[in-house]
Amino acid sequence: MTEKVKVTALKKSFGKLNVLNGIDVSIAEGEVVCVIGPSGSGKSTFLRCLNRLEKATGGEIIIDGYPILDKHININKVRQQIGMVFQNFNLFSHLTVKKNIMLAPIDSKKLTPAQAEETAMQLLKRVGLEDKADAYPHQLSGGQQQRVAIARSLAMNPDIMLFDEPTSALDPEMVGEVLQVMRELAEGGMTMVVVTHEMGFARDVADRVIFMADGVIVEEGTPEEVFGNPKEDRTKEFLSCVL
Amino acid sequence: MDFLRVLDEATPLLLQGLQMTVGISLLSLLFGMLLGLFTCLMSISKNKLLKGIAGVYIWIVRGTPMIVQAFIVFFGAPQLIQQFVPAFKIDAFTAGVITLSLNAGAYLAEIFRGGIQAVPKGQTEAARSLGLSKAKTMVKVVLPQAFKVALPSMVNQFIITIKDTSILSVIGLADIVNRAKVYVGKSYQFFATYIFVAIYYLVVISLLMIVSKYLEKRVSYDRKG
Repeated sequence: MTEKVKVTALKKSFGKLNVLNGIDVSIAEGEVVCVIGPSGSGKSTFLRCLNRLEKATGGEIIIDGYPILDKHININKVRQQIGMVFQNFNLFSHLTVKKNIMLAPIDSKKLTPAQAEETAMQLLKRVGLEDKADAYPHQLSGGQQQRVAIARSLAMNPDIMLFDEPTSALDPEMVGEVLQVMRELAEGGMTMVVVTHEMGFARDVADRVIFMADGVIVEEGTPEEVFGNPKEDRTKEFLSCVL
Repeated sequence: MDFLRVLDEATPLLLQGLQMTVGISLLSLLFGMLLGLFTCLMSISKNKLLKGIAGVYIWIVRGTPMIVQAFIVFFGAPQLIQQFVPAFKIDAFTAGVITLSLNAGAYLAEIFRGGIQAVPKGQTEAARSLGLSKAKTMVKVVLPQAFKVALPSMVNQFIITIKDTSILSVIGLADIVNRAKVYVGKSYQFFATYIFVAIYYLVVISLLMIVSKYLEKRVSYDRKG
Protein backbone atom coordinates (compact mmCIF):
# COMPACT_ATOMS: atom_id res chain seq x y z
CA MET A 1 0.00 0.00 0.00
CA THR A 2 1.11 3.54 -0.76
CA GLU A 3 2.26 5.69 2.08
CA LYS A 4 0.02 8.76 2.43
CA VAL A 5 1.42 10.42 5.51
CA LYS A 6 4.91 10.17 6.92
CA VAL A 7 5.74 12.00 10.12
CA THR A 8 9.28 11.95 11.46
CA ALA A 9 10.47 13.30 14.83
CA LEU A 10 7.66 15.85 14.94
CA LYS A 11 8.10 18.43 17.68
CA LYS A 12 5.88 21.30 18.69
CA SER A 13 6.20 23.72 21.54
CA PHE A 14 4.17 26.75 22.56
CA GLY A 15 6.78 28.98 24.14
CA LYS A 16 8.36 26.90 26.89
CA LEU A 17 5.62 24.29 26.85
CA ASN A 18 6.57 21.21 24.87
CA VAL A 19 3.37 19.70 23.49
CA LEU A 20 4.82 17.19 21.03
CA ASN A 21 8.09 15.51 21.92
CA GLY A 22 9.02 13.61 18.78
CA ILE A 23 6.24 11.79 16.96
CA ASP A 24 6.94 9.17 14.29
CA VAL A 25 4.00 7.87 12.31
CA SER A 26 3.41 6.43 8.89
CA ILE A 27 -0.11 6.15 7.52
CA ALA A 28 -1.00 4.11 4.46
CA GLU A 29 -3.58 4.94 1.81
CA GLY A 30 -7.07 3.93 2.90
CA GLU A 31 -6.01 3.40 6.49
CA VAL A 32 -8.23 4.62 9.34
CA VAL A 33 -6.16 5.70 12.31
CA CYS A 34 -7.78 6.69 15.59
CA VAL A 35 -5.74 8.74 18.03
CA ILE A 36 -6.82 8.42 21.65
CA GLY A 37 -5.37 9.72 24.88
CA PRO A 38 -6.02 11.96 27.87
CA SER A 39 -6.67 15.67 27.28
CA GLY A 40 -3.46 17.64 27.04
CA SER A 41 -1.65 14.68 25.52
CA GLY A 42 -1.07 16.62 22.29
CA LYS A 43 -3.34 14.59 20.02
CA SER A 44 -5.24 17.58 18.63
CA THR A 45 -2.00 19.50 18.18
CA PHE A 46 -0.57 16.53 16.29
CA LEU A 47 -3.60 16.50 13.99
CA ARG A 48 -3.44 20.26 13.42
CA CYS A 49 0.23 19.98 12.46
CA LEU A 50 -0.74 17.64 9.63
CA ASN A 51 -2.33 20.48 7.64
CA ARG A 52 -0.10 23.15 9.15
CA LEU A 53 -2.83 24.89 11.13
CA GLU A 54 -0.16 24.59 13.81
CA LYS A 55 3.36 25.19 12.69
CA ALA A 56 5.60 22.37 13.84
CA THR A 57 8.74 23.38 15.70
CA GLY A 58 10.82 20.49 14.41
CA GLY A 59 10.76 17.28 12.44
CA GLU A 60 9.34 16.45 9.07
CA ILE A 61 5.85 15.81 7.66
CA ILE A 62 5.42 14.39 4.20
CA ILE A 63 1.91 14.19 2.76
CA ASP A 64 1.39 12.67 -0.68
CA GLY A 65 5.08 13.23 -1.27
CA TYR A 66 4.97 16.94 -0.34
CA PRO A 67 7.21 18.04 2.53
CA ILE A 68 4.59 20.39 3.96
CA LEU A 69 6.89 22.06 6.47
CA ASP A 70 8.99 23.36 3.59
CA LYS A 71 8.52 27.13 3.28
CA HIS A 72 8.39 26.97 -0.50
CA ILE A 73 5.51 24.57 -0.64
CA ASN A 74 2.13 26.03 -1.66
CA ILE A 75 0.28 25.06 1.48
CA ASN A 76 -3.08 26.16 0.09
CA LYS A 77 -2.74 23.63 -2.71
CA VAL A 78 -1.81 20.86 -0.29
CA ARG A 79 -4.68 21.74 2.03
CA GLN A 80 -7.13 21.25 -0.82
CA GLN A 81 -6.23 17.54 -0.64
CA ILE A 82 -6.67 17.35 3.15
CA GLY A 83 -10.13 17.71 4.57
CA MET A 84 -10.55 18.75 8.19
CA VAL A 85 -13.53 18.45 10.50
CA PHE A 86 -13.51 20.41 13.73
CA GLN A 87 -14.96 19.84 17.17
CA ASN A 88 -17.08 22.99 16.88
CA PHE A 89 -18.11 22.43 13.24
CA ASN A 90 -17.01 25.95 12.21
CA LEU A 91 -19.58 26.29 9.45
CA PHE A 92 -19.48 29.76 7.89
CA SER A 93 -22.34 31.37 9.73
CA HIS A 94 -23.09 34.01 7.07
CA LEU A 95 -23.65 31.43 4.33
CA THR A 96 -26.37 28.90 3.71
CA VAL A 97 -25.57 25.20 3.97
CA LYS A 98 -25.26 24.90 0.20
CA LYS A 99 -23.03 27.98 -0.09
CA ASN A 100 -20.84 26.67 2.71
CA ILE A 101 -20.12 23.61 0.62
CA MET A 102 -19.73 25.52 -2.65
CA LEU A 103 -17.31 28.19 -1.44
CA ALA A 104 -13.98 26.38 -1.60
CA PRO A 105 -14.52 24.38 -4.82
CA ILE A 106 -15.49 27.56 -6.66
CA ASP A 107 -12.73 29.66 -5.12
CA SER A 108 -10.07 27.12 -6.02
CA LYS A 109 -11.54 26.85 -9.52
CA LYS A 110 -11.84 23.11 -9.05
CA LEU A 111 -15.48 23.35 -10.12
CA THR A 112 -17.69 25.82 -11.94
CA PRO A 113 -20.54 27.28 -9.87
CA ALA A 114 -23.00 24.94 -11.56
CA GLN A 115 -20.84 21.89 -10.93
CA ALA A 116 -20.24 22.99 -7.36
CA GLU A 117 -23.97 23.26 -6.75
CA GLU A 118 -24.54 19.81 -8.18
CA THR A 119 -21.74 18.39 -6.03
CA ALA A 120 -23.14 20.15 -2.96
CA MET A 121 -26.56 18.64 -3.49
CA GLN A 122 -25.11 15.16 -4.04
CA LEU A 123 -23.06 15.43 -0.86
CA LEU A 124 -26.03 16.70 1.13
CA LYS A 125 -28.00 13.72 -0.08
CA ARG A 126 -25.19 11.46 1.02
CA VAL A 127 -25.25 12.88 4.57
CA GLY A 128 -29.07 12.94 4.55
CA LEU A 129 -29.57 16.71 4.60
CA GLU A 130 -30.70 17.67 1.10
CA ASP A 131 -33.76 19.41 2.54
CA LYS A 132 -31.49 21.76 4.52
CA ALA A 133 -29.62 23.16 1.52
CA ASP A 134 -30.96 26.68 1.95
CA ALA A 135 -30.93 26.78 5.74
CA TYR A 136 -28.35 28.76 7.71
CA PRO A 137 -26.06 26.88 10.10
CA HIS A 138 -27.75 28.26 13.23
CA GLN A 139 -31.00 26.64 12.13
CA LEU A 140 -29.45 23.17 12.30
CA SER A 141 -28.76 20.89 15.25
CA GLY A 142 -25.18 20.14 16.20
CA GLY A 143 -25.26 16.74 14.55
CA GLN A 144 -26.64 18.22 11.34
CA GLN A 145 -24.01 20.97 11.37
CA GLN A 146 -21.26 18.43 11.74
CA ARG A 147 -22.62 16.37 8.86
CA VAL A 148 -22.65 19.52 6.71
CA ALA A 149 -19.07 20.23 7.80
CA ILE A 150 -18.07 16.77 6.61
CA ALA A 151 -19.85 17.36 3.30
CA ARG A 152 -18.05 20.71 2.98
CA SER A 153 -14.68 18.99 3.32
CA LEU A 154 -15.63 16.24 0.88
CA ALA A 155 -16.59 18.82 -1.76
CA MET A 156 -12.89 19.43 -2.35
CA ASN A 157 -12.52 15.74 -3.10
CA PRO A 158 -9.71 15.26 -0.57
CA ASP A 159 -7.76 12.07 -0.27
CA ILE A 160 -7.10 12.43 3.44
CA MET A 161 -9.62 13.45 6.10
CA LEU A 162 -8.64 14.75 9.53
CA PHE A 163 -11.22 14.67 12.33
CA ASP A 164 -10.57 16.66 15.49
CA GLU A 165 -12.89 15.27 18.17
CA PRO A 166 -15.85 15.51 15.79
CA THR A 167 -18.45 14.34 18.30
CA SER A 168 -17.18 15.95 21.50
CA ALA A 169 -19.41 19.02 21.22
CA LEU A 170 -22.55 17.04 20.37
CA ASP A 171 -25.51 16.05 22.48
CA PRO A 172 -25.34 12.29 23.12
CA GLU A 173 -28.28 11.46 20.85
CA MET A 174 -26.56 13.13 17.89
CA VAL A 175 -23.24 11.33 18.15
CA GLY A 176 -24.53 8.30 16.27
CA GLU A 177 -25.55 10.11 13.09
CA VAL A 178 -22.11 11.70 12.73
CA LEU A 179 -20.27 8.47 13.45
CA GLN A 180 -22.44 6.74 10.85
CA VAL A 181 -21.31 9.19 8.16
CA MET A 182 -17.68 8.66 9.19
CA ARG A 183 -18.14 4.91 9.18
CA GLU A 184 -19.44 5.03 5.59
CA LEU A 185 -16.51 7.22 4.63
CA ALA A 186 -14.09 4.69 6.11
CA GLU A 187 -15.80 1.84 4.28
CA GLY A 188 -15.44 3.84 1.07
CA GLY A 189 -11.68 3.67 1.44
CA MET A 190 -10.90 7.20 2.67
CA THR A 191 -7.61 7.70 4.50
CA MET A 192 -8.67 9.04 7.88
CA VAL A 193 -6.96 10.31 11.01
CA VAL A 194 -9.49 10.64 13.82
CA VAL A 195 -8.80 12.16 17.22
CA THR A 196 -11.62 10.86 19.34
CA HIS A 197 -12.98 9.90 22.71
CA GLU A 198 -15.42 7.46 21.11
CA MET A 199 -13.77 4.19 22.07
CA GLY A 200 -16.57 2.18 20.48
CA PHE A 201 -15.96 3.85 17.13
CA ALA A 202 -12.21 3.34 17.42
CA ARG A 203 -12.67 -0.32 18.22
CA ASP A 204 -15.11 -0.95 15.34
CA VAL A 205 -13.76 1.22 12.56
CA ALA A 206 -10.07 1.87 13.12
CA ASP A 207 -7.40 -0.17 11.37
CA ARG A 208 -4.95 1.14 13.91
CA VAL A 209 -5.24 2.84 17.28
CA ILE A 210 -2.59 5.22 18.55
CA PHE A 211 -2.46 6.01 22.23
CA MET A 212 -0.77 9.31 23.03
CA ALA A 213 0.24 10.79 26.36
CA ASP A 214 2.54 13.70 27.26
CA GLY A 215 3.34 14.47 23.66
CA VAL A 216 4.60 11.04 22.65
CA ILE A 217 3.07 7.91 21.19
CA VAL A 218 2.96 5.48 24.09
CA GLU A 219 1.51 2.54 22.26
CA GLU A 220 -0.03 1.68 18.92
CA GLY A 221 -1.55 -1.35 17.24
CA THR A 222 -4.78 -2.84 16.01
CA PRO A 223 -7.85 -2.11 18.13
CA GLU A 224 -7.68 -5.69 19.43
CA GLU A 225 -4.10 -5.22 20.58
CA VAL A 226 -4.54 -1.80 22.19
CA PHE A 227 -7.96 -2.34 23.77
CA GLY A 228 -7.73 -6.08 24.38
CA ASN A 229 -4.17 -6.46 25.47
CA PRO A 230 -2.47 -3.15 26.25
CA LYS A 231 1.23 -3.49 27.01
CA GLU A 232 2.04 -0.19 28.68
CA ASP A 233 0.90 0.76 32.18
CA ARG A 234 0.00 4.26 31.00
CA THR A 235 -2.37 2.76 28.40
CA LYS A 236 -3.94 0.39 30.90
CA GLU A 237 -4.49 3.23 33.33
CA PHE A 238 -6.18 5.38 30.67
CA LEU A 239 -8.35 2.57 29.33
CA SER A 240 -9.50 1.60 32.80
CA CYS A 241 -10.83 5.12 33.20
CA VAL A 242 -12.67 5.39 29.89
CA LEU A 243 -13.93 1.89 29.17
CA MET B 1 -40.00 85.19 17.52
CA ASP B 2 -41.27 84.96 14.03
CA PHE B 3 -41.02 81.47 12.62
CA LEU B 4 -42.62 82.29 9.30
CA ARG B 5 -40.32 85.22 8.67
CA VAL B 6 -37.28 83.15 9.55
CA LEU B 7 -38.54 80.29 7.41
CA ASP B 8 -38.90 82.68 4.52
CA GLU B 9 -35.61 84.53 4.90
CA ALA B 10 -33.28 81.86 6.23
CA THR B 11 -34.33 78.80 4.24
CA PRO B 12 -32.23 79.50 1.12
CA LEU B 13 -29.18 80.19 3.29
CA LEU B 14 -29.71 77.17 5.48
CA LEU B 15 -30.26 74.91 2.49
CA GLN B 16 -26.93 76.07 1.03
CA GLY B 17 -25.34 75.32 4.37
CA LEU B 18 -27.07 71.95 4.51
CA GLN B 19 -25.64 71.11 1.12
CA MET B 20 -22.18 71.86 2.44
CA THR B 21 -22.77 69.85 5.62
CA VAL B 22 -24.01 66.80 3.73
CA GLY B 23 -21.36 67.10 1.03
CA ILE B 24 -18.43 67.36 3.39
CA SER B 25 -19.85 64.55 5.52
CA LEU B 26 -20.18 62.16 2.60
CA LEU B 27 -16.73 62.97 1.25
CA SER B 28 -15.10 62.65 4.68
CA LEU B 29 -16.90 59.41 5.47
CA LEU B 30 -15.78 57.94 2.17
CA PHE B 31 -12.13 58.84 2.87
CA GLY B 32 -12.59 57.92 6.52
CA MET B 33 -13.84 54.44 5.62
CA LEU B 34 -10.87 53.82 3.33
CA LEU B 35 -8.44 55.22 5.88
CA GLY B 36 -10.15 53.22 8.63
CA LEU B 37 -10.00 49.93 6.74
CA PHE B 38 -6.37 50.53 5.85
CA THR B 39 -5.45 51.47 9.42
CA CYS B 40 -7.37 48.51 10.78
CA LEU B 41 -5.49 46.08 8.53
CA MET B 42 -2.25 47.70 9.67
CA SER B 43 -3.17 47.36 13.31
CA ILE B 44 -4.01 43.65 13.03
CA SER B 45 -0.96 42.85 10.88
CA LYS B 46 2.03 41.08 12.35
CA ASN B 47 4.42 43.77 11.13
CA LYS B 48 5.45 45.78 14.19
CA LEU B 49 6.17 48.96 12.23
CA LEU B 50 2.73 49.03 10.55
CA LYS B 51 1.10 48.21 13.86
CA GLY B 52 3.04 51.03 15.50
CA ILE B 53 2.10 53.61 12.88
CA ALA B 54 -1.57 52.69 13.17
CA GLY B 55 -1.37 52.82 16.96
CA VAL B 56 0.24 56.27 17.07
CA TYR B 57 -2.27 57.68 14.57
CA ILE B 58 -5.25 56.39 16.52
CA TRP B 59 -3.70 57.54 19.80
CA ILE B 60 -3.19 61.12 18.55
CA VAL B 61 -6.67 61.45 17.05
CA ARG B 62 -8.42 60.00 20.08
CA GLY B 63 -6.30 61.96 22.53
CA THR B 64 -6.94 65.43 21.10
CA PRO B 65 -10.15 67.41 20.58
CA MET B 66 -11.30 67.80 17.00
CA ILE B 67 -11.38 71.56 17.29
CA VAL B 68 -7.64 71.54 18.00
CA GLN B 69 -7.05 69.16 15.09
CA ALA B 70 -8.99 71.51 12.82
CA PHE B 71 -6.90 74.50 13.98
CA ILE B 72 -3.69 72.56 13.36
CA VAL B 73 -4.74 71.50 9.87
CA PHE B 74 -6.14 74.89 8.85
CA PHE B 75 -3.80 77.36 10.64
CA GLY B 76 -0.85 75.39 11.99
CA ALA B 77 0.20 73.11 9.19
CA PRO B 78 0.06 75.82 6.47
CA GLN B 79 2.34 78.04 8.57
CA LEU B 80 4.88 75.24 8.74
CA ILE B 81 4.60 74.32 5.07
CA GLN B 82 4.85 77.97 3.97
CA GLN B 83 8.42 78.07 5.27
CA PHE B 84 9.33 75.67 2.48
CA VAL B 85 6.62 76.45 -0.08
CA PRO B 86 5.72 80.12 0.41
CA ALA B 87 2.76 80.01 -1.97
CA PHE B 88 1.04 77.20 -0.08
CA LYS B 89 -2.60 77.81 0.78
CA ILE B 90 -5.40 75.70 2.13
CA ASP B 91 -9.12 76.49 2.01
CA ALA B 92 -11.60 75.73 4.75
CA PHE B 93 -13.28 72.97 2.75
CA THR B 94 -10.07 71.03 2.10
CA ALA B 95 -8.92 71.47 5.69
CA GLY B 96 -12.35 70.36 6.85
CA VAL B 97 -12.30 67.20 4.75
CA ILE B 98 -8.79 66.36 5.97
CA THR B 99 -9.69 66.88 9.62
CA LEU B 100 -12.95 64.94 9.48
CA SER B 101 -11.45 62.09 7.44
CA LEU B 102 -8.51 61.71 9.81
CA ASN B 103 -10.90 61.76 12.73
CA ALA B 104 -13.47 59.32 11.36
CA GLY B 105 -10.69 57.08 10.02
CA ALA B 106 -9.18 56.55 13.45
CA TYR B 107 -12.46 55.71 15.13
CA LEU B 108 -13.64 53.52 12.25
CA ALA B 109 -10.34 51.63 12.33
CA GLU B 110 -11.06 50.63 15.92
CA ILE B 111 -14.64 49.72 15.05
CA PHE B 112 -13.48 47.52 12.15
CA ARG B 113 -10.83 45.91 14.34
CA GLY B 114 -13.45 45.07 16.93
CA GLY B 115 -15.64 43.55 14.23
CA ILE B 116 -12.85 41.43 12.79
CA GLN B 117 -11.74 40.22 16.20
CA ALA B 118 -15.31 39.26 17.06
CA VAL B 119 -15.32 36.66 14.28
CA PRO B 120 -14.41 33.32 15.90
CA LYS B 121 -10.98 31.94 15.07
CA GLY B 122 -12.59 28.68 13.94
CA GLN B 123 -14.07 30.47 10.93
CA THR B 124 -10.59 31.38 9.71
CA GLU B 125 -9.25 27.92 10.46
CA ALA B 126 -12.07 26.23 8.56
CA ALA B 127 -11.48 28.44 5.52
CA ARG B 128 -7.70 27.94 5.60
CA SER B 129 -8.12 24.18 6.03
CA LEU B 130 -10.15 24.15 2.81
CA GLY B 131 -7.19 25.72 1.01
CA LEU B 132 -8.36 29.34 0.85
CA SER B 133 -5.53 31.86 0.94
CA LYS B 134 -5.20 34.38 3.76
CA ALA B 135 -6.58 37.18 1.61
CA LYS B 136 -9.50 35.14 0.29
CA THR B 137 -10.35 34.04 3.83
CA MET B 138 -10.45 37.68 4.87
CA VAL B 139 -12.65 38.76 1.97
CA LYS B 140 -15.02 35.80 1.75
CA VAL B 141 -15.35 34.68 5.36
CA VAL B 142 -14.11 37.20 7.93
CA LEU B 143 -15.10 40.60 6.55
CA PRO B 144 -18.76 39.75 5.77
CA GLN B 145 -19.22 38.55 9.33
CA ALA B 146 -17.21 41.44 10.78
CA PHE B 147 -19.36 43.91 8.85
CA LYS B 148 -22.48 42.63 10.56
CA VAL B 149 -20.94 43.01 13.99
CA ALA B 150 -19.52 46.44 13.22
CA LEU B 151 -22.56 47.93 11.49
CA PRO B 152 -24.30 49.51 14.52
CA SER B 153 -21.06 51.14 15.72
CA MET B 154 -20.26 52.25 12.17
CA VAL B 155 -23.60 54.01 11.87
CA ASN B 156 -22.99 55.61 15.24
CA GLN B 157 -19.66 56.96 13.96
CA PHE B 158 -21.36 58.24 10.79
CA ILE B 159 -23.80 60.19 12.95
CA ILE B 160 -21.00 61.63 15.06
CA THR B 161 -19.08 62.68 11.94
CA ILE B 162 -22.11 64.39 10.43
CA LYS B 163 -22.69 66.35 13.62
CA ASP B 164 -18.99 67.13 14.01
CA THR B 165 -19.06 69.07 10.75
CA SER B 166 -20.60 71.84 12.84
CA ILE B 167 -17.29 72.22 14.69
CA LEU B 168 -15.68 73.16 11.39
CA SER B 169 -17.60 76.42 11.36
CA VAL B 170 -14.75 77.71 13.57
CA ILE B 171 -12.36 77.57 10.60
CA GLY B 172 -14.93 79.35 8.44
CA LEU B 173 -16.51 76.40 6.65
CA ALA B 174 -19.85 77.62 5.29
CA ASP B 175 -21.85 74.78 6.76
CA ILE B 176 -25.38 75.04 8.10
CA VAL B 177 -24.30 76.25 11.54
CA ASN B 178 -22.10 78.94 10.08
CA ARG B 179 -24.89 80.16 7.78
CA ALA B 180 -27.26 80.24 10.72
CA LYS B 181 -24.78 82.28 12.76
CA VAL B 182 -24.50 84.82 9.98
CA TYR B 183 -28.28 85.08 9.65
CA VAL B 184 -28.78 85.38 13.39
CA GLY B 185 -26.20 88.16 13.47
CA LYS B 186 -28.42 90.24 11.23
CA SER B 187 -31.87 89.22 12.40
CA TYR B 188 -31.43 88.34 16.10
CA GLN B 189 -33.87 85.44 15.56
CA PHE B 190 -31.92 83.00 17.72
CA PHE B 191 -34.69 80.67 18.76
CA ALA B 192 -36.42 80.11 15.44
CA THR B 193 -33.21 79.89 13.44
CA TYR B 194 -31.50 77.33 15.63
CA ILE B 195 -34.70 75.29 15.90
CA PHE B 196 -34.68 75.05 12.11
CA VAL B 197 -31.02 74.07 12.14
CA ALA B 198 -31.78 71.31 14.65
CA ILE B 199 -34.64 70.06 12.48
CA TYR B 200 -32.38 69.85 9.44
CA TYR B 201 -29.87 67.74 11.39
CA LEU B 202 -32.68 65.54 12.67
CA VAL B 203 -33.93 64.93 9.14
CA VAL B 204 -30.50 64.04 7.75
CA ILE B 205 -29.68 61.71 10.62
CA SER B 206 -33.12 60.09 10.54
CA LEU B 207 -32.59 59.28 6.86
CA LEU B 208 -29.26 57.67 7.73
CA MET B 209 -30.91 55.64 10.47
CA ILE B 210 -33.56 54.36 8.07
CA VAL B 211 -30.86 53.20 5.66
CA SER B 212 -28.95 51.52 8.47
CA LYS B 213 -32.04 49.69 9.75
CA TYR B 214 -32.55 48.35 6.25
CA LEU B 215 -28.91 47.22 6.05
CA GLU B 216 -29.06 45.63 9.49
CA LYS B 217 -32.08 43.63 8.41
CA ARG B 218 -30.35 42.48 5.26
CA VAL B 219 -27.32 41.15 7.10
CA SER B 220 -29.20 39.59 10.01
CA TYR B 221 -28.72 36.06 8.68
CA ASP B 222 -28.27 34.54 12.10
CA ARG B 223 -31.41 35.84 13.73
CA LYS B 224 -34.07 33.20 14.17
CA GLY B 225 -36.97 33.23 11.77
